[in-house]
Amino acid sequence: MPKQQANWSPYDNNGGSCVAVAGADYCVIAADTRMSTGYIILTRDYSKICKLADKCVMASSGFQADVKALQKHLAARHLIYQHQHSKQMSCPAMAQLLSNTLYYKRFFPYYSFNVLGGLDNEGKGCVFTYDAVGSYEKVGYSSQGSGSTLIMPFLDNQLKSPSPLLLPVQDAVTPLAEAEAVDLVKTVFASASERDIYTGDKLEIVVINADGIRREYMDLRKD
Amino acid sequence: MFRNQYDTDVTTWSPAGRLFQVEYAMEAVKQGSAAIGLRSKTHIVLGCVNKANSELSSHQKKIFKVDDHIGVAIAGLTADGRVLSRYMRNECINYSFTYESPLPVGRLVVQLADKAQVCTQRSWKRPYGVGLLVAGLDESGAHLYYNCPSGNYFEYQAFAIGSRSQAAKTYLERRFKNFSDSSRDNLVKDALMAIRETLQGETLKSSICTVAVVGVGEPFHILDQETVQQMIDAFEIVGEQEGPAAEPDAAAAAAAGQEAAAADQGGSTEEGVAPMDI
Repeated sequence: MPKQQANWSPYDNNGGSCVAVAGADYCVIAADTRMSTGYIILTRDYSKICKLADKCVMASSGFQADVKALQKHLAARHLIYQHQHSKQMSCPAMAQLLSNTLYYKRFFPYYSFNVLGGLDNEGKGCVFTYDAVGSYEKVGYSSQGSGSTLIMPFLDNQLKSPSPLLLPVQDAVTPLAEAEAVDLVKTVFASASERDIYTGDKLEIVVINADGIRREYMDLRKD
Repeated sequence: MFRNQYDTDVTTWSPAGRLFQVEYAMEAVKQGSAAIGLRSKTHIVLGCVNKANSELSSHQKKIFKVDDHIGVAIAGLTADGRVLSRYMRNECINYSFTYESPLPVGRLVVQLADKAQVCTQRSWKRPYGVGLLVAGLDESGAHLYYNCPSGNYFEYQAFAIGSRSQAAKTYLERRFKNFSDSSRDNLVKDALMAIRETLQGETLKSSICTVAVVGVGEPFHILDQETVQQMIDAFEIVGEQEGPAAEPDAAAAAAAGQEAAAADQGGSTEEGVAPMDI
């Protein structure tokens, strides 16, 4: 009897795109709000963005059930951290925790493609980008999800800095002002919505800076 | 008379039907520095006296946040208290994770009590040597519970545990009937006055006490030193004598000349104060 293939998968892809851009004293995290399965739209109004700590926000695309479970898990771990250390987790600390949490399920992964954005201990913007099993890297900007193949090259064109391997080491964060970065993100999603069928409906933008966290919305194409 | 023969193991009964090891554990609570709690319909205040081993050392932490809606003050073996606080925190986190809603206080204290009972029925364990005042807010209102090393728990309008707690209890017994409708600030003032009773003449300063509040719209938090000192200064100016005279914001008028008149009958609280001894 030939080897049997599974006729059922524990995973599904709910589509959507996420982007994060780090600045000198701010960080922009954005994701569309469309949740789909196959060619069907499940809802036009689902947030992929989750605040993990005071200065740390995560956006995840992929299988939203796994994303939800991952968010809850990290929130619980953050509570424990706060009880033990009487303070909030920093963004780099949360970044490591997320990586460890993902790798913990190396052999039944969270189907979740994450970007983590926030301010580090000095108030500078930072973005961390992940694969599904926890491999991560601190970068100046990143995108994940169904539209990332369309979005990433454009961000590279606008924001790319010389390789960190080149000396002298240059900052990965963009010299753009906050308003310009937000504008760039809006442009990028408007473009992605044109060609990626899984991206659209509405764009949710979260901006973290020294004053706190602020949220903004923009309409995208609904087709 | 026969105490020494039957007090070696927690699993040995005395002829009179007592478990001496459990009673000894309750003694440990009495040795710890005082902790008090009082509640109104909407707020609960916990307070404790900070005892430091020497001038050189810091004082032990006796009030712990368990969740946004629950906090605990301990008296006795603080190490046992720390461990139980960690257990309570875990239970709250797990419940929140599963049910996406805060753990009801009544459930938590039952779990805590059951955990304490286990230690009274295992030959290889010892009872926890700590009394816990659990303050929490849930859908059914504001609650203050006291958990014993024996595994018993009781709900209170106000209570005090630890050394010299009787003085605080006497103060609270005089005033408890007003607590239900008391304002948050008056409740804190009453807590500070109760703490002062346990100090037996020593001056009340914010450096030797800790106060925490939880209430409707107010997650559990420990008040910082300046706020506490301000409140101490506010009421000490008013009443050097033990009586509460007029208070600056007499709105709730919880104070107004209650000494002689009120609750002198009924030395026990409504909830049925169970004696510390079994």
